[in-house]
Amino acid sequence: MNRDWSELTPILVESIRETLYMVSITIGVGGFLGLVFGVLLYATRKGNLLENAFVFAILNVAVNIVRPIPFIIFITAVGPLTLATIGTTIGNDAVIFAMSIMAAFVTARIVEQNLVATDPGVIEAARAMGASRLRIIVTVLIPEALAPLILGYTFLLIGIIDMSALAGYVGGGGLGNFAIVYGYQRFNWEVTFVTVIVIIGIVQLAQVLGNWLARKALHR
Amino acid sequence: MTAAISFRAATKVFGTGRDAVRAVDSVTLDIARGEIFGVIGYSGAGKSTLVRLVNALETVTSGEVIVGGQNITELREPELRKVRAGIGMIFQQFNLMSSRTVAGNVAYPLKVAGWSKQDRKRRVAELLDFVGIADKARTYPGKLSGGQKQRVGIARALATSPSILLADEATSALDPDTTQDVLTLLQRVNRELGITIVVITHEMDVVRSIAHRVAVMEQGAVIEHGAAYDVFASPRQRATQRFVATTLRDRPSPEVLERLRHRHPGRMITVSVREDVGTGVDVFAGLRTHGVDGAIVFGGITEIDERPFGSLTVELGGDDAAIEALIADLRQTTDVHDLGTAADPRDVPWSAAAEAPAPEDETTPAGVGPDGVRSGGVGLGGVSSGGDAGVTRPFGGAR
Ligand SMILES: Nc1ncnc2c1ncn2[C@@H]1O[C@H](COP(=O)(O)OP(=O)(O)OP(=O)(O)O)[C@@H](O)[C@H]1O
Ligand SMILES: [Mg+2]
Repeated sequence: MNRDWSELTPILVESIRETLYMVSITIGVGGFLGLVFGVLLYATRKGNLLENAFVFAILNVAVNIVRPIPFIIFITAVGPLTLATIGTTIGNDAVIFAMSIMAAFVTARIVEQNLVATDPGVIEAARAMGASRLRIIVTVLIPEALAPLILGYTFLLIGIIDMSALAGYVGGGGLGNFAIVYGYQRFNWEVTFVTVIVIIGIVQLAQVLGNWLARKALHR
Repeated sequence: MTAAISFRAATKVFGTGRDAVRAVDSVTLDIARGEIFGVIGYSGAGKSTLVRLVNALETVTSGEVIVGGQNITELREPELRKVRAGIGMIFQQFNLMSSRTVAGNVAYPLKVAGWSKQDRKRRVAELLDFVGIADKARTYPGKLSGGQKQRVGIARALATSPSILLADEATSALDPDTTQDVLTLLQRVNRELGITIVVITHEMDVVRSIAHRVAVMEQGAVIEHGAAYDVFASPRQRATQRFVATTLRDRPSPEVLERLRHRHPGRMITVSVREDVGTGVDVFAGLRTHGVDGAIVFGGITEIDERPFGSLTVELGGDDAAIEALIADLRQTTDVHDLGTAADPRDVPWSAAAEAPAPEDETTPAGVGPDGVRSGGVGLGGVSSGGDAGVTRPFGGAR
């Protein structure tokens, strides 16, 4: 049953490339949207910079609805929207689309929770200096919460790697697909094992990098 | 000349209906240019809210606030930002940005004001030099002591050369020595730069050492205001009297008074010691003249606005008529509170002090120990019941 690794290695490398591609686009797009949603969630809350009960309620409900949906179901549920936006419901790009939306909502909550911990006194000081709300958000709020935000995004990154493993179900590629097609479906335990090691490696690398950046951002 | 800050029936209500809190209740007050104005009051009195009306961190519910001749009540956000940029503010918890260095923190308001990088650098160096922490420019606030943090806060507040500096409990998180350093720095800011300073505090010592004028707040209202010395030397309102008594502690609290009466069953009076009556000389002259015995059983004398202030509680012994004559005499020049005798005690105006929500431990005995070192933090150079053996009847020569 043993496959020749000289044949499998290029496929594995391609799968790693595909996974990294899907994950980086998702963390870029979903992460950015999530940052915007998260900041809005925080800032529109009662007593905060952009207090707005309506916007807060909408965002809050949206996040609460989307977040608990299992991703495998979410991909299908968001299908019509995927079709309308990128023209297909299968393949890597369709998965990236679904992942970005899910990531945006997950990130929104992570960002909000980290911003809540920032010292309101510092924001008050910036207001007292005559800074505009937008300036305060960009130059005070986010920099002050940077260390926990970096850790939040590291957590998110690992969640996205997890999500990307399901790409194979809708005709996408990546490491998850590799493990299923060449490992699970061909009863090749070795392939599954190697894939697991690779994923653990990527996750570890991300975590180490995240921890290091967060520590640098802390200035203590 | 117009006032630096004028409140005209300024009122701030938080919440609505049954939950409404009148944090500031129709305050009318002028703060003159170039003075250090103290606002004192217990927790929840509305001090912070009052001062936040000045830089429009809060807006009035009714009434007006006029800053530098400009009525800021009707201004919109963009204009309010300009007003804020012209007013410096420092805080109890310093509120420095932990993500920026000391220099970065001080440069922030300059960035907001659109200064060029070169100008910012020059100005930051100048400011750090002024507050005495030039060597910490590249340090992050997390590595600074409280006193150093407040210096950064002051440098940051002064960056854009404001004409007003608001200090909300700026020394309340600091130890007594550091508090004194920061107060001295604020005094320099006032004297050398001519900046009007509004100091909010519940610490008597802060007002005592730097405020020229003071307002006392209670439940949102200014209940008394005037020259710091006058307000504390002859407090009119009961709350002010309690405040002076509980913070200066030169007057016996009800508990202390009880103990005093036990030890000194005779007639006791509390005599105010003020600039206009010297430092207690009249009391002793009076004792001699009327042939009355006097024993100092409690008291303390300190300075307010660099002038003497305090009180002495004296047990009087001798002929009743002579004692009455002495009291009448003393009343010509100073405030005398008759405490009565152990058998016939009189109420004292500051007797409610025990119920007042004082910020500090109420049970600490006032005054000094036998060795003359005061145990509390106020620094009164007086005497107390503590050193009974040492201080009773040292002036009994009038017999
Ligand atoms: N944003 C707010 N919303 C609702 N109530 C408030 C708000 N800010 C202050 N208050 C209330 O207004 C009153 C005055 O508060 P303020 O902070 O001005 O008092 P303070 O004299 O500064 O007290 P402290 O010495 O404790 O700082 C308090 O009863 C407080 O609960
Ligand atoms: Mg306050």
